[in-house]
Amino acid sequence: MVTINHIIKAEGLVKRYGEFTAVDDVSFYVEEGEMFGFLGPNGAGKTTTMKMIQCISPKTSGILEVFGMDVSAHPREIKKDMGVVPQENNLDPDFTVYENLRNYSRYFDIPPKEAEKRIEELLDFVQLQDKKNVMSEFLSGGMKRRLVLARSLLNNPRLIMLDEPTVGLDPQARHLIWEKLRSLKKRGVTIVLTTHYLDEAEKLCNRLVVMDYGKIVVEGEPEQIIEDHIGTGVVEVDNNPKLVGCLQKSGLSYEIIGDTMMIYTNDPMHIASQLNMECSLDKITTRKATLEDVFLKLTGRKLRE
Amino acid sequence: MSYLQYFQIPELDRRLLKVWLRNKDVFMKNVKLNFLPPFLEPILYLLAMGFGLGAFIDDIDGVSYAQFIAPALIAVSVMYASFFECTYSSYVRMYYQKTFDAIIATPLIIEDVIAGELFWGATRSAINALVMIPVIAAFGLIDLKYALLIVPFAFLAGLLFACIGMCFTALTPNITVLEYPTLLFITPMFLFSGTFFPLKVLPEAIQYFAFAFLPLTHIVRIIRALAYGSLEVSLISSLLWILMASFLFFVLSMNLMKKKLIV
Repeated sequence: MVTINHIIKAEGLVKRYGEFTAVDDVSFYVEEGEMFGFLGPNGAGKTTTMKMIQCISPKTSGILEVFGMDVSAHPREIKKDMGVVPQENNLDPDFTVYENLRNYSRYFDIPPKEAEKRIEELLDFVQLQDKKNVMSEFLSGGMKRRLVLARSLLNNPRLIMLDEPTVGLDPQARHLIWEKLRSLKKRGVTIVLTTHYLDEAEKLCNRLVVMDYGKIVVEGEPEQIIEDHIGTGVVEVDNNPKLVGCLQKSGLSYEIIGDTMMIYTNDPMHIASQLNMECSLDKITTRKATLEDVFLKLTGRKLRE
Repeated sequence: MSYLQYFQIPELDRRLLKVWLRNKDVFMKNVKLNFLPPFLEPILYLLAMGFGLGAFIDDIDGVSYAQFIAPALIAVSVMYASFFECTYSSYVRMYYQKTFDAIIATPLIIEDVIAGELFWGATRSAINALVMIPVIAAFGLIDLKYALLIVPFAFLAGLLFACIGMCFTALTPNITVLEYPTLLFITPMFLFSGTFFPLKVLPEAIQYFAFAFLPLTHIVRIIRALAYGSLEVSLISSLLWILMASFLFFVLSMNLMKKKLIV
């Protein structure tokens, strides 16, 4: 058997809150050096899973190992080599940017001199050098997020856990975070993230899982998942009853959403011209299939929470 | 569920000092402002009550009224400092600032955080005592023989109120409800613990009640003895009461907070 270095291993992982099962018998693994995504609608169990990996929420049952250690037995050792970017910024508003990092470095027992060096490097890395002495509450949303990212890197972590790292950020700030994550990955850091932005997941993740109702619905590489569930392309046309008959004859896979019909295919150009001739349509859009198509197909379009 | 889970003896780790240091650093950022209340309050109280109101009082147990209330002012300040530190301030750090969440993403665990908060609360009490002693001494109202012992004692007494406060922080559904323990527990103690008049004028039943359930009674008693420079063996009972209550509420507050925060 080939031994691959599993940074995280979960088998039959369960988390219950009273009667409610937030994470329901989930199994997955994360390999060293990869970028791994948890996707899913609100309440799917992503954050709960993240919190169990971070050793702050005890599992109800199942196996969960990080760096080969059991999360309930070795929380301090695991957290020593982990960086965390939580969903909600929790910078210390009583401190400046610099003081936030210096104070945090103490929690990891980083000697003051070494901490000083790392703080300077990290401030350069996240481009906050000129905000060094600003109170953290006066930073913009994007700057706060960068500071939280810098803080998560103080201990030179092997694994970084990011819960919605770019939520609420403007495009510039999002791209900067992505760039930073890619450069961390190049250095061999393993990255686990949750996100609602499917373009983000598609761009960044080597592998991902889609969760829904506490279970993993699908697991794999983004392109492969799209191809398996949708095909490579999508043809969008205005919904009309005549078309339904036309499509049923051709045996294509399609979905009706409001006044739009989506046809999933590996050959969108061909289908488009075929539809144009046989069904006499005038408004046809063809595009590449995305993770968003898979997501909505698998988890449905009903609003959650 | 068994009630025993609230009485599990917590293990203390040296890392709790890092939480203490975090709070100390924040305190030191506004150190001048933070030193002002314990400096100014005794002056105001002594002028208004000690010397103003006191002008109409001959003496209590052979001392002037100002001399009688001066040690009580220290005791009250010790109570307020750690109680409010570990109720409102801890609640803000826990709930609004998410400081605890940030800390437990590191090798620290929640027990370290709570213990650090409790010892910091106790430290604030000791700081208040340290600032007040010279102020009161300047009025000539304190015997300096044992006066400095008040500081370590204030740490212990402060720890007790920190732990009691932390229990309320764990149990309160939101920050407004914290007004009830202040109104129903802290304020009556401020008034009826032998602070501004001797307990013995109260009905006997209330005196017993005060000794059994109002921690401030014991704290006033010991600080008063230290301030008068006259220690007696019977004070041991008050010291034991405080030690036992501190231990009990320390264990209870740690378990209540664990129960609240680990989900």
